[in-house]
Amino acid sequence: MAESEASRTATFAVGLASTGLDEVERQIPRDEPPPLPPNAELAVIGKSVPRQDAFAKVTGAALFTVDINLPGMLHGRILRSPLPHARLRALDLAAAARHPGVRAVLPVAQPGDSLRYFGVPVAGVAAVSAQAAEEALALIHAGFEALPFVVDLDKAREPDAPPVHDSTSAPPGNSSGFPAPAGLPLNGNVRGPALMQRGDVARGFAEAEVIVEGAYSTKVQTHCCLEPHAIVADWREDGLTVFMSTQFTAGVRHELAEAFGLPLARVRVIAGAIGGGFGSKSSLGNYGRIAVGLSRAAKAPVRIVLERQEEQMDAGNRPATWQSLRLGARKDGTLSAISLLSYGTAGVTLGAGVGGIAAALYTCPNFESAQYDVFINAAPGCAMRGPGNTPGAFGLEQAIDELAGRLALDPLALRDRIDPSPVRREERRIGAARIGWQRRHAPGAESGPVKRGLGVAQSLWPANVQTTAACEVRIMRNGSVEVLSSVQDIGTGTGTVMAQTVAEVLGLRAQDITVRIGDTDFPPGPPSYGSRATASITPPARVAAWRVLQTLFQEAAPFLGVAPEALIAHGGRILVANNPGRFMLFGDATARLHTGKISAAATRSDDYGGFRRRMPDAALALQDLGGVQFAAVAVDTETGIIRVERVVAVQDCGRPLNPKQIESQVHGGVLMGLSYALFEERLLDQHTGRMVNPDLEQYKLARPREVPDIEVVVLEEYRGQSATDAYGIAEPANIATAPAIANAVYNAIGVRLCALPMTPAAVLAALGKIPRRGELP
Amino acid sequence: MRNFTWGQAQTVMDAAAAASVTVADAMLSPPNTNGQAGASIVKAGGIDLLDLLKEKLLTADRITSLKELPGLDVITRTEDGGLRIGAAVTLANLARSPLVLRHYPALANATAHAASPQIRNVATLGGNLLQRPRCWYFRAAEYRCLRKGGGHCFAIHGENQYHAIFDNQLCAIVHPSTAATVLVALGAIVECADAMGAARRVRLEDFLVPPDEDVHRENSLRAQEILTAIELPALNPGTRMVHLKQGETDSFDWPLADVAIVFDLDAERRCKRAAVILGAAAPVPHRAKAAEAILLGRIIDEEAAKDAAHAALADATPLHKNGYKLPLFETLIRRAILRAAADLHA
Repeated sequence: MAESEASRTATFAVGLASTGLDEVERQIPRDEPPPLPPNAELAVIGKSVPRQDAFAKVTGAALFTVDINLPGMLHGRILRSPLPHARLRALDLAAAARHPGVRAVLPVAQPGDSLRYFGVPVAGVAAVSAQAAEEALALIHAGFEALPFVVDLDKAREPDAPPVHDSTSAPPGNSSGFPAPAGLPLNGNVRGPALMQRGDVARGFAEAEVIVEGAYSTKVQTHCCLEPHAIVADWREDGLTVFMSTQFTAGVRHELAEAFGLPLARVRVIAGAIGGGFGSKSSLGNYGRIAVGLSRAAKAPVRIVLERQEEQMDAGNRPATWQSLRLGARKDGTLSAISLLSYGTAGVTLGAGVGGIAAALYTCPNFESAQYDVFINAAPGCAMRGPGNTPGAFGLEQAIDELAGRLALDPLALRDRIDPSPVRREERRIGAARIGWQRRHAPGAESGPVKRGLGVAQSLWPANVQTTAACEVRIMRNGSVEVLSSVQDIGTGTGTVMAQTVAEVLGLRAQDITVRIGDTDFPPGPPSYGSRATASITPPARVAAWRVLQTLFQEAAPFLGVAPEALIAHGGRILVANNPGRFMLFGDATARLHTGKISAAATRSDDYGGFRRRMPDAALALQDLGGVQFAAVAVDTETGIIRVERVVAVQDCGRPLNPKQIESQVHGGVLMGLSYALFEERLLDQHTGRMVNPDLEQYKLARPREVPDIEVVVLEEYRGQSATDAYGIAEPANIATAPAIANAVYNAIGVRLCALPMTPAAVLAALGKIPRRGELP
Repeated sequence: MRNFTWGQAQTVMDAAAAASVTVADAMLSPPNTNGQAGASIVKAGGIDLLDLLKEKLLTADRITSLKELPGLDVITRTEDGGLRIGAAVTLANLARSPLVLRHYPALANATAHAASPQIRNVATLGGNLLQRPRCWYFRAAEYRCLRKGGGHCFAIHGENQYHAIFDNQLCAIVHPSTAATVLVALGAIVECADAMGAARRVRLEDFLVPPDEDVHRENSLRAQEILTAIELPALNPGTRMVHLKQGETDSFDWPLADVAIVFDLDAERRCKRAAVILGAAAPVPHRAKAAEAILLGRIIDEEAAKDAAHAALADATPLHKNGYKLPLFETLIRRAILRAAADLHA
């Protein structure tokens, strides 16, 4: 692309800071700032600036949605189906409505409706107290006709399994392909296949000198946000205001406008502090719809906060998967064919695939995959930290480890041969040195009952960008600065990196910037899912800050006797670039403004150099995100207990904006992956379809004593693709952990565990130590 | 949760009188029955009680606190050289008591690893022994199981990975108290007092009730009776004891298996007396009599430990999801015996 009126040529530093930078020329829009130099040359970006809300959070001052208490606020509760599959025969809310504390009742299902899982909402009530609402639930007369049900993935695939859906009730899928493609056939409870194909797989296997095959399964994991799903809905004549613990204020606003027939301008969504969001807080949700419906009916604000049981049973979950992988390779490791078949279940909905990681992580000319969704009578799954690729990597990365063993190659050497990414090559090199990979022994080689092992696995995640992401930067005459966007901070520190970005441009400190986010009265921000918030919001934050700074330069230039182009902002000063002795303090410059406030807005522009793929409102950057994780484990072969002693996570996310915050997010990703690997499983009773472990006592999670020594290395990688060149970290940090642990367990005991979670029962079974009834081996 | 009236008992007799019904009996009536008189019950730490109330497994009209009762929260030496532990002693205080640490280290270990630090600071030993089982069917109001007065055990053919491998034909709960595993091994006596001021003393092992005796309760506490103390008999010099607990996680988790070993050795290191008690194995702490018999008269070595562990599990009847508990118990029993023997030489 040549220079034009709209664009100009700029030179960007690209590559890894640790191995030396290169340069590339790109066309960038004329109304955007020049390339941001590498972090070494910056004052605020790339520094571990303290999180802006840290003190508020640790002192309890931060306000979460569960803390919102509006005058006249009512408490909403939901009546849920007590059966895994039923037809609603009768629903009588009259007695509940007569309860003296009740202000509104709301039917959610109608007589005749099919209720397809245990816990699906049937009706809502709003009352003056939580206790009155609870009492009113007991006064609802609902009649259920029990229908045949199936809650097991394998049983649901059998031809005579009770059908969960018919062709009209089955969810249609999505043209974007996420969470599942549209238009696929439904056969019994089995929908699909979603197909991917390239090259000639049959020929690839014919040419293979080694073929490895394996089947891998993963269980349903629940999100376990510390703050439950929560909403306070306030329906008024002049519009609807909703306080919500959500990952996407702007998206929920659209959903509300559509669901309730309101002009967008009459809907406001506010998210204060948020106690975790891992995919399940991405949309309005059935509870949100019920809260708004109740508020409309009661003409009063209504609060619904899910109880932990509701949270575990019906607030989304990571689907269960089963996959069979077949790899063909030459003796030197070169892959000649990959074939993947998967069946997964997201309960009554779609989205239980194993992602595209098997197709994309390694060079292989011949690839095919067929992925099926299987319906069961269980609560709907949804996105959860690295959907698809997380269970996908659990299979792929164990299969690659298996292949390395069969070829008598070091797993790192095999990856050096088949992984085209220079970034991951460097990550493997760094991680291997940190974990002490040279000490790795042959599988099962240690004597004694407790055996140690080392394992490695890689992650891959598309670098998502929300192209609608926008923000505004304001400078006040008194020198204060605001950055505004509806983007929410789900606990990752989004507000802090926005402040750093703006401060860097204006020559100020991060704490000088007031961040106002989480409110749809501000320019529409991106969702905090898909690892896209930072990549989407920091470029427009920098662009908006740069634009408003040009206005300030215009106004300040006459006082310094130079042209505006001669000015720079640095160290709290507006100064003449080639004569730093001539300057004004930032506050003195703003005091000369002839208006009370100047402001500029910006929307995320396309990545410089373009996108790989465009979707409505979003796009994929040219290059993926990823990382390499190493795990060191100790397995007690007599108790089956796996202890993860150490994890080294080497990750990339483009330009690191705040190393401490990134490290913190990687810790979270590793812990969630460790917990997924060893402990977590939603258990449904096969006879009643109810979850038997819907609390944080019986649903096992990693806790303080399970936390390993976690070492985080974040590469400083420049791509020259946006005004900040920063991308996400949340999902790449989670994807590789479980397979790294599984590979380490294999290295320790010489037996591969192909199913999650890797409980003591699973380890003892894999070692052949569980006897027939009453008989010890 | 239903409203209730709240009171403080000032004397043991008042407290016993306030316990109009045992929690076990109160839970036999279906929840949310309108018009039915709620129970009058007593509360010590309240850890389990609050759970039962919140989950609507129990409704109470009156709750009487035992917190102000004098003398229930102390640990004293008895005249014969044993230990008397007030029922209201918290698990945290028990675990750090110098008397317990010196003379009954296995009990200190069991209480130090129960639940979480926050819970141990509030939970009492009495409440720990009397808490209701953690079976997830028992704990969900949706399941009217045998133990709650219903007709059937949902665990026997359901999700039973954390359930019993012994005595599980009727009801497959495991006893929830790890302290009980050690206390039974030590031959502890429980003392109960009634509303007339009379005290009843009974061996803990006899106080606990297996399903075939009465499937509706885990112990023989009566209405109008409270648990006041646990007494430990004096030990012979050189008695060795070890408690091992294995949870799925090390933090705030119930045991998959726990084992208490107590034995006396003679001068030739021959076992004169042995107690091998398994927790999380059966509806009450399970005495592995075959293992005890094997140890008696044997020199405690690797072979003896192995034989005892093997014998302990010979009559186990695992369910379809808890067969892993056999090798796990085998390991813990063997390790506990060897560790106790090793301590001897330390």
